Parts: sequence; C-alpha cells; structure tokens
Amino acid sequence: MDEPKDENISAMSKPAIGEAGRTGDWRDATPVIDAAKCIPAVKNRAACHLCWLYCPEGIVAPGCPPTIDLNYCKGCGICAEECPAKAITMVPNEEKTT
Amino acid sequence: MSDVQIMTGNTAAAWGARLSQVQVVSAYPITPSTSVTETIANWVERGELKAEYVRVESEHSVMTVCVAASTVGARVFTSTSSHGLLYMHEQLHWAAGSRLPIVMCCINRSVGAPWSIFNDQQDSIAQRDTGWIQIYCRDNQEIVDTVIQAYRIAETVYCPVMVCYDGFVLSHTLMPVALPDAEAVARFQPPYKPHTLLCTEAPRNINPVIFPWQRRDAEGVLRDGYMEMRFKLQHALEGARDVIVDTGKAFAAAFGRDHGGMLWGYRTEDAEVLLAGMGSIATEATMAADLLREQGIRAGVVGVRVYRPFPREEVRNAFRTAPAITVFEKNISYGYEGALAADIKAALYGTGIAPPIHNFIAGLGGRDVKARELAEAAREALAAMAAGIRERQSWLNCVTG
Repeated sequence: MDEPKDENISAMSKPAIGEAGRTGDWRDATPVIDAAKCIPAVKNRAACHLCWLYCPEGIVAPGCPPTIDLNYCKGCGICAEECPAKAITMVPNEEKTT
Repeated sequence: MSDVQIMTGNTAAAWGARLSQVQVVSAYPITPSTSVTETIANWVERGELKAEYVRVESEHSVMTVCVAASTVGARVFTSTSSHGLLYMHEQLHWAAGSRLPIVMCCINRSVGAPWSIFNDQQDSIAQRDTGWIQIYCRDNQEIVDTVIQAYRIAETVYCPVMVCYDGFVLSHTLMPVALPDAEAVARFQPPYKPHTLLCTEAPRNINPVIFPWQRRDAEGVLRDGYMEMRFKLQHALEGARDVIVDTGKAFAAAFGRDHGGMLWGYRTEDAEVLLAGMGSIATEATMAADLLREQGIRAGVVGVRVYRPFPREEVRNAFRTAPAITVFEKNISYGYEGALAADIKAALYGTGIAPPIHNFIAGLGGRDVKARELAEAAREALAAMAAGIRERQSWLNCVTG
C-alpha cells in the first residue's frame, strides 16, 4: 500500500493534540506530585491549581490531585517553580528506574 | 472594443490592476514606482475601484499585508522599486514559500550606495532566487497586458509574479496604450481560488516549523519536510513555463496582441549576430539591428521576456544557429558577469551550441544607451570574435581605463 501523499503545496497543519509529535520525548526531568502536600489533593476541592494555570503546554488536568500528560510534558519545571506548597519535584530522568 | 489612451507605464500598470479587479492594494511610495499606487489610491478614494487600500510604514509591511490578504482569498496588488524591493526581500521568500499568487510591479531602478533614482535592473535581478516568476516588459502596452496575464499565471501555478519594467524609460514615458475591455478581462481571468482558505471554520497553522525530514501528523498522514516543500516550489516554477506560453496565446486570441511567451525574436532568421537583452534595452536593440542591417551586417534581437523560470529550451532554439551572440544587460553579478549572459551560457552548456558570447554591462544607474551605441558595440564584438576572442565582458559607455 502506498502512503497517501501530502497534497498541501505549502506547509500547514491542523491544531490537534500531538500535531508536533510526542514532545514528552524532549523531557530530561519529570514532575512528580506529592499528594500529601498538594493543596487541591489535601482539601479535595478545586483550590490553587497554579500548575494547571502556568503550564505552557496545557497538559495539566486540574484534578485533586492534578494529573500531568507525560506524553507531552517537556519537563520545563514551571509547575514545580510555581507550586506554593512545593508539592512538585522535578526528578531527573536518569535517576528514574522506569 | 479597445480604448486607446496616451499614458505612462505607471498608469498602464495601474490599469492592469484595476482591470484585474484587485481587492487589496498595499504600497509604500518610492521613486519611480510611486505613481502606480498613487493612481490606484485615487481610484479607491473616488470609489471607482472597490478595493481595500492599506497604508503601511514600510515595504516589508506592504508584502506582509499582501501575504495575509492573499492567504484569506483576496486578489492583491502592489508595486515598488529598488530599495523598497530590497526591503521586502524576506517577505518575497515568504510569499513564494506560501505559494501565494501575488502580483507586483517592480519599476526597475538602480540600488545604492551611492544614491541613484535612475534605471537599471539590479533591484529585481537581486531578487532572482526568491521563487517569484519574473517577466520583463518592453513597452507600456505590454505592461498593462502583462499585469492582466500575470494574475492568470499566478493563480494557475500558485506562485507570485513580478512584472518588471524600466524606471523612467517606461514608467514616466507617455505612449499610446489600448486598454482591454473590462468584461473581456473578467472572462480571461478565472476567479482566484486559494489553494488553502484560511478561515475560522477550518483553523490551521500556516507555515509552522518544518523539520528536515518528513513528519507524521496527528491524523497519521506523512507530511512533507522542508525539502519536499522546496521541491514543490521548484517544480511549480518549472511547470509555469507552459502556463506562461499558453496564457500568452490565449491573450493574443482574446485581445489580438501577442507579446511572446518566454522570449521573442526580431529579424533573427538569417542573423549573423544576435543581440540579447531584457526590457527596454532589448527594444533599443531592435533599432540597433535595423542600423546594422543598413550597414550590411545581418543582425537580429532575442528579447528574454521571462527571466524566471528561465527559458532554457527557448534560448537553445533561439541561439541554435547563431554565429555570434552579444548580451546587453542592466545588471552585474559582482565578481562574475551579467546575470543574463551567465544564464544563457549555462543553458547552452553541453548542447553543442557554442557560439562566441560577449557580455556588455550597460545603462547602470540611468547611463544612457543609444541604438547606435549598441550597434557599434555589436560591430566591435564581431571584429573581436573574428580575431578569436570568444568571451569578453565590456562596460558600455563607461570609463574603465
């Protein structure tokens, strides 16, 4: 089966999740949330959620605790920097056992 | 019915845009192009042309306006010269890379330093490799007709077209011009259908970062990499040759005027020497050829009308039996030779067509070139060729010693 050709004559893409590929590949440190410190997790209600607000990739889901889509998290560490409870730790990849 | 009026080249260019019913015009004034868009601005102001006239602070912004308007489906027009064209340079690449059928007149003017407002073709030649089609006009009639043809060509192959003509020599010289009938022009030009319509119903990222290799998008389609996109542009420019020729023929059938497709010839059949050039210097060369024939030298002229895509095959055919070629041109690729002479030589390489070719750099910065001076130069070249000099560069009417 032949691959369908790109019919576009100039470069373009549709806005879609994963359009730029699995950008999680770029990450060299992974955010890990400590639910014992995370304010929404502790209060079990929508509180704070600054990680969700500040994430430049829009891949934090504001749950209790929040969840991070690691397929697209580039590991910038902004969530860890902004977390007022210091509940997020950036764990360097080489130290992970996965 | 044609309506013949006496007008400058710039007025003829403005009429070309008006008859093409352009919808967006953006421009920044620069001599000698200014009166093109000044004329259009007057028409828009008086309601005679239903177009959006966008005033901006620079030529760079002019071309960004043209790119944006063309992307959302408008037929756009602008004109500029010299430093204005150079200031657009980055956006010229952007227009071609986005495959937008923008039509722009380049009213050829020299480039500083030092300052000069006068004519040569250094400005458009310097933009040769931006992916634009370049057409050089001989007279004011050809200007209005070529602007009309340019929209049909651009909107067929999805490449921008630069309609070039010599500043002052044509831009500010009055000639009789037959204005085509507006309804006939509308029939000649199918409406512009954008290859991709940018709209809120179907949002797209236009020209995102493209990586060296192909890339699978979120829907699983393998998208072109940068190099595939460049190849498509090159392929389109090469394919434009047939469209340009067909458009010229269709125009001749509809309006009775044939300006040639890729190039044109004058008294070439039995010529022992051919004078080649682009734009008004080629017109001047036809008078030189007549003079030479009066003196017993069988001279003819080959005028290159379309410089990009380069008329490779047409050049081979035109020079196949030529015993001698002289190329007169108003540009210089510093450190080498005139751009046209270099390209003609390249087109002939390996074909067995190997006449002596002498290159004359002429008319830079408005230096006058008369027909008798072209004739004299061709005669001297013939004498030098007879003495065995196959290749030579000369600066015409210039103190070089």
